[in-house]
Amino acid sequence: MNKIGKPNLEVFSETLLKEARKNKNIIVVTSDSRGSGKLVPFGKELPNQIIEVGIAEQNLVGVSSGLAAGGKIVFGVSPASFLTARALEQIKNDVAYSDLNVSLIGISAGISYGQLGSTHHSIHDFATLRAINNMTIVAPADNFEAAEVIKQAISYNHPLYIRYGKKPMMDIHPPGTKFKIGKSIVVKKGEDLTIVATGETLQRAYLASEILKKSNIYCSIISMHTIKPFDKETFIEFSQNSKAILTVEEHSIFGGLGECCASLIAQNNINVKLKILGIPDEYMINGSQADVLDHYDMSPEKIAEISKDLLNK
Amino acid sequence: MNEKNLKKKSLEYRKTILEIIFQSGAGHTGGSLSCIDILNVLYNSVMDISPKNFPNLDRDHFIQSKGHSVEALFTVLCDCGFYSKKDLNTLNQFNSHFIGHPTKKVPGIEHNTGALGHGLSVAVGLAICKKIDQKNNKVFSLLGDGELSEGSVWEACTTASKYNLDNLIVIVDRNDLQITGKTEDVNPIEPIDKKFKSFGFETISTNGNNISDLLYVFQHVPVKENKPTVIIAKTTKGSGVSFIENQINWHHKVPSKDEYESAISELNEKLNSYE
Repeated sequence: MNKIGKPNLEVFSETLLKEARKNKNIIVVTSDSRGSGKLVPFGKELPNQIIEVGIAEQNLVGVSSGLAAGGKIVFGVSPASFLTARALEQIKNDVAYSDLNVSLIGISAGISYGQLGSTHHSIHDFATLRAINNMTIVAPADNFEAAEVIKQAISYNHPLYIRYGKKPMMDIHPPGTKFKIGKSIVVKKGEDLTIVATGETLQRAYLASEILKKSNIYCSIISMHTIKPFDKETFIEFSQNSKAILTVEEHSIFGGLGECCASLIAQNNINVKLKILGIPDEYMINGSQADVLDHYDMSPEKIAEISKDLLNK
Repeated sequence: MNEKNLKKKSLEYRKTILEIIFQSGAGHTGGSLSCIDILNVLYNSVMDISPKNFPNLDRDHFIQSKGHSVEALFTVLCDCGFYSKKDLNTLNQFNSHFIGHPTKKVPGIEHNTGALGHGLSVAVGLAICKKIDQKNNKVFSLLGDGELSEGSVWEACTTASKYNLDNLIVIVDRNDLQITGKTEDVNPIEPIDKKFKSFGFETISTNGNNISDLLYVFQHVPVKENKPTVIIAKTTKGSGVSFIENQINWHHKVPSKDEYESAISELNEKLNSYE
């Protein structure tokens, strides 16, 4: 049984603190988000490396860009919902178009805020940011991915968006796994179907594969942590050699992981069944992150059931 | 550079702005002419920015938040030697980097602007960076007056004040007009000075089309230690060409051949008076 780790957000802040101790050029910018970004210890230890702009996301992104233009390695930290909607134009022009070394950290992403409702959810961020040239989008799944992406972000030197949830995550990857932004991780290989998941839905896909194994159905599981640039090569290879593809994401079914996979299947003339799981286009039901994901067919049991249907088993 | 030469440059710059807009068939004529004296004084007398030191960050910085007046900026950067006139003449041509708003693909441009209300936050970030690095360089940012309706401008002001950015000099090109009409009719923004003051700025008003006034003002900034400064530069939209001045329709009107020739001859006459 895989161990339950920490919330990815905690791993993010611990990793960033470790890196920032060594590298004084690292600057964090927050919008009254120090607490929710788990950055209180960072602020206490490195007060000269944290800039607080108050509840002003547009300004947070603009100031981050200016700091990066001046040569800093900048992490702009704000709730994913506000960061990627309210400050979208600043992300588009000041970070992406201007090609600055800013890592935008979308905290409490997806439906992490649960009962706080749609104002606080970010199920649009993949879709909006995918359409912006020069944006890299990463949704780490477990603590390992959460830490590795920050280490790589420091020398990435280009615009980056990373989204983090706040619930403890199951450790998926064994020691020695390699992480590279833009290159997916094949968690396991199986001959029947391939489940592609991103971010915090990976553990659900993984648990579904354990259920399916009991029925002698063997899945490949791909952690598609980087939504853009998309690891087309791995995805195409698996879709050509699987009986079905199932995608799982904590995002609208529009414009995210699933539609990216659909586009690749269609444009590469791959004859494989596809099912996209995500948040449908409706007034979202109220509940915790876990309850809402379960409701929209993303419980491990339901993922297993849908997988069987796809395989006509 | 002495005052007389700066004044002559301002006239030459106006001719170039009109020429490139006329030749390329597009551009923001009114706003470029209103801010050209400010850019002239900044680049030729105030700021430590040159093609030589530009790749190095240890220098002054300029963010033109009112990006649409790019023809003025392109003209000055060309004269400062960032690129050739031949390059500038590709303005608005297919595949040229010289487009209708500033982009870093053009040498000497600090940041991509064009959507209003963005530049000041970026300038604030740069100014904070200078403070962190304990550098004495200044960060200048030019804003339009119509632009002051953007809420993000005021978000940036709160941070400029919080971080005591006396290395930040904001210039408002107060030409009173925006694309729809008078700023005070479209969405009143006065009292500009009191607004900035209440956001923690020191404010100075000056004639933004008068070289000697601009030279004087820039010699006296920052006004106060630990305070960001805003210069409210009272300008005339279309300044320098009689029939373009204060005309709403010249916001982005392109001169006809007759208008172009008439404007050039008016500017030549003024230039001749210096000979």
